[in-house]
Amino acid sequence: MLSVAGIEQGIVIDHINQGNGLKIIEKLGLGNVNFPVVLLTNVDSEKLDKKDIIKIENAFELDLTMLGLIDPNLTINIIQNGKTEKKYKLSTPTSVKGLFECQNPRCITNHDIYAEPTFTLIDAKQLKYKCDYCEDFTYYK
Amino acid sequence: MNLTGKHLIDPSNFSLDELNQIFTVAQDMEKNPIKYCDICKGKILATLFFEPSTRTRLSFESAMMRLGGNVLGFSDAASSSTKKGESVMDTVRVVSGYSDIMVMRHPREGAPKLSSSYSTVPLINGGDGGHQHPTQTLTDLLTIKNLRGNISNLKVALCGDLKYGRTVHSLIKTLARYPGMSFYLISPPQLQLPIYIKEQLKESYNIKIHELTNIEDCIEEIDILYMTRIQKERFFNEEDYLKLKNSYILTQDKIENAKQNLLIMHPLPRVNEISYEIDQDPRAVYFEQADYGVYVRMSLMAHLLGVL
Repeated sequence: MLSVAGIEQGIVIDHINQGNGLKIIEKLGLGNVNFPVVLLTNVDSEKLDKKDIIKIENAFELDLTMLGLIDPNLTINIIQNGKTEKKYKLSTPTSVKGLFECQNPRCITNHDIYAEPTFTLIDAKQLKYKCDYCEDFTYYK
Repeated sequence: MNLTGKHLIDPSNFSLDELNQIFTVAQDMEKNPIKYCDICKGKILATLFFEPSTRTRLSFESAMMRLGGNVLGFSDAASSSTKKGESVMDTVRVVSGYSDIMVMRHPREGAPKLSSSYSTVPLINGGDGGHQHPTQTLTDLLTIKNLRGNISNLKVALCGDLKYGRTVHSLIKTLARYPGMSFYLISPPQLQLPIYIKEQLKESYNIKIHELTNIEDCIEEIDILYMTRIQKERFFNEEDYLKLKNSYILTQDKIENAKQNLLIMHPLPRVNEISYEIDQDPRAVYFEQADYGVYVRMSLMAHLLGVL
């Protein structure tokens, strides 16, 4: 069986639904960083049958808000001195800034450099958000 | 209540008491114009119109002139620096230093809200895309108040382009805050009121909405008929516009069975959706409505500038 060593300092993102690992690497921009990142995919899991795991060494300053959108079931483990210092789950973010675009083509956020798309959660199940500028609905996909 | 320094981006920025205060002063301005003719002496209104406008821009200019103030601005994006690629936010920051109050019309939805974060003077939304047109709503409400006495327990039909019609969006969201209102929405299926507004009306006010496709189906019951134009400029292709442009044309025979005190309103400009013969009917009030637009904008600016 494949074995990957634990990390001393950093973040372990666990219980990722199988197949979402690559998406998370891409969304967090982890393909282009100067610290070690490991993606394990198709790992046996009691809870999920199969899961993905991401281990990020020597980095704590990551905005993980987006992960609640991609996979609300995952677990974040903060590792310090080789031990889990903090473990928490992410929920769907109630307020989102700059993470995705407004689906209304007439919205100012699609046309002006100053305008950062900003949304408020309306329905967590459908990932339905309301744009703070044009008020129209955008569904996160 | 003190509205000095506030922005008006959405009618919900003001409470019903604050709206009423604006209407009361507007009524007094109409009766006693001399009393107010100098209150904005030395003040400058900047009109930033990134999209064409006749009524809104001229009524704002007229309003500021009637208050003794001055006006500067542009009436077309082509004559502003945005044509050179400047962000509208930079325009707003600069014009804040040139004026005491600003009105902005912009084709992009949410542009006035974003701009208000960068403006150091009160900013008024003069219409943003197919989203909101709050000062038209103030005009509409003053019209109803002046001609019906109060704003409550009315059956209101909104007809035409309810999807892109910003005047309708602002108006229905505001009327829904008054007691006992019910609404008839008359439009082709492609131009129905956006779902986000319907959901907001249902969740926030639990009001009654009836969606219809014919004016005749509610004409006998309603107190107000608010007609709107099918707006060519909101369509991405001409074919869709041509299919829908003649969906609703109000003619004398259609209002034969309507109430005698019905108000037929329209934010103007009209193209062909109200037949010219209707203009002679005492129930047609759209030109009076346009007149009230000046007084309500005078009152609004006087409140935001704190000169009363």
